[in-house]
Amino acid sequence: MLIDLDRFVAEERPYWEELDQLLTRLEVDAGASLDLPGVRRLHYLYQCCASDLAKVSTFAAEPALRQRLENLVGRAYGEIHEVRGRPHRLRPLHWFRCTFPQTFRRHRRAFHVSLSAMMLGALFAALILFARPDLKPFLIPAQFGHLYSDPSERVAREESTDEDPLAGARARFSAMLMINNTRVSILTMAAGLAWGLGSLFLLFQNGLILGAVMIDYILAGESAFLFGWLLPHGAVEIPSIILAGQAGLVLGGAIIGHGDSATLRTRLRRVGPDLVTLIAGVALLLVWAGLVEAFLSQYHEPYVPYALKIAFGMTELVLLFLFLYRSGLHDEDRRAKEAP
Amino acid sequence: MTAGMLANQLEIHTPEGITFSTPLAGVPSRCAAWMVDTLVFLTAISLVSGLLGWFVTALPSVGTAIQMLVYFLLATGYNMVFEWFWRGQTPGKRLFRLRVMDVQGLRLQFGQIVIRNLLRPVDLLPAGYGIGVIAMLLNRKNQRLGDLAANTVVVRTPPVEEPDLEQVVAGKYNSFRQYPHLEARLRQRVRPDETALLIQALLRREQLEAKARVALYAEMAAHFRGHADFPEEATRGLTDEQYLRNVADSLFRRASASR
Repeated sequence: MLIDLDRFVAEERPYWEELDQLLTRLEVDAGASLDLPGVRRLHYLYQCCASDLAKVSTFAAEPALRQRLENLVGRAYGEIHEVRGRPHRLRPLHWFRCTFPQTFRRHRRAFHVSLSAMMLGALFAALILFARPDLKPFLIPAQFGHLYSDPSERVAREESTDEDPLAGARARFSAMLMINNTRVSILTMAAGLAWGLGSLFLLFQNGLILGAVMIDYILAGESAFLFGWLLPHGAVEIPSIILAGQAGLVLGGAIIGHGDSATLRTRLRRVGPDLVTLIAGVALLLVWAGLVEAFLSQYHEPYVPYALKIAFGMTELVLLFLFLYRSGLHDEDRRAKEAP
Repeated sequence: MTAGMLANQLEIHTPEGITFSTPLAGVPSRCAAWMVDTLVFLTAISLVSGLLGWFVTALPSVGTAIQMLVYFLLATGYNMVFEWFWRGQTPGKRLFRLRVMDVQGLRLQFGQIVIRNLLRPVDLLPAGYGIGVIAMLLNRKNQRLGDLAANTVVVRTPPVEEPDLEQVVAGKYNSFRQYPHLEARLRQRVRPDETALLIQALLRREQLEAKARVALYAEMAAHFRGHADFPEEATRGLTDEQYLRNVADSLFRRASASR
């Protein structure tokens, strides 16, 4: 019980003010760090304030003082009890070269499931169209209505035209593709909230469309056109959607928490940074895919040989998978050795 | 460290045995904040349109591409950027005194802000935050699905109101001052919520109907008499209202003198 509030405030105020200044410095500068004496001082000041709050809580007459101390203790509590890494200074190159592929590899099982869901969709559509080609309009949504026509007709038309189909609109088309694909990716990840099922459904649906288009062109004998058209951008775009599905499955997996004794909150806290890394990586890859689709994919023979486009696409695919499976391994090994 | 719940309050218990609580924001205030943010966003979009207009005219394809990308970045990043740089607030949230907070009172991390905003499309389904509102109503912490996945809550941050003590103290003379030990006992026994009630009852004197006021003050005076038993010479001739003003004076005199 405090008898002399004036004296108590006068004696303790310097500590409150010092803690307030220290916290403000830590909050404003994301890169600020404390040395050992600094950490000790912060902890000491936090304990002083916490004990002052405990004393004031029993003293009825100063709610404003109590609120001020609650605020200080709350802020200091957030700093002291936070065990996750502090938001460090941006290192975009290191993030792209190491963090992104390492995160991918940590959840490679989810990627394989995601890949399987899309391939299953593609296979399913291929089998259906193989047996019943008339079902094409049911498998390809109306927004891709331009693909309803006969593949050979389209190939003949595009190979014979002298006009640039995207003259004066390439940049706009490219931006539209980037935005649309990023939206689809975000939705594919967000749909993982439904225990991962939403992501699986969207991956399967994307697989259906892809499979239907591919089998349609292959059956029409237009494989060279198909791969020359799809591979340059698809080699990056399709894996990106699968990566977004991987993020959705990681989210769904954390929500289900099978075989994990941690609480839902802890599981979600654990995967949060990985989701952000995966979706940011996807957004970057889709910028590249959007540029390639608008500036290369839509140009066919005789202007660009199909062999060249297919070789370009295959190279991208190999590089992408080398990057995802190999990049940052050295850094990973070093960290593993350093870990106690 | 645990986060408990009172009615519409998020209560955080620290390992040091300290408890602090914060009120949670409900659907109406969050909806109002969202509307303000939509207005600010639309204004920003029209400003950007004006700025980029000449560019679109000069270079139609590149100009439109840049315009589309800027719109997309604004739409996706508006909440994220504000919530990060304003520590959990957007213009709408700031206006309605709301703030995004970590559910355990820890530092709000950038990743949490990204997740709660990227998962928004699911909360928006099927239209007008349908799923989000249902999730908030079913959830004791008023979290939409994005909040649940990001481990965040939206709390209210009402301003700390300093009571106008001049209006509630007893005036020039307070007979209780003759009994400092009883005043000390009173200060010890009266809880903060009782203090707040006392201040509000005295501040709202003119808003109460005369009859209701007499009844309320009588009940409250009886309650405070139970905390400290002042001798008869100190309370003789005191109305219930004067009694309450004396109590307020005894509780606040020291605090107000220190300001």
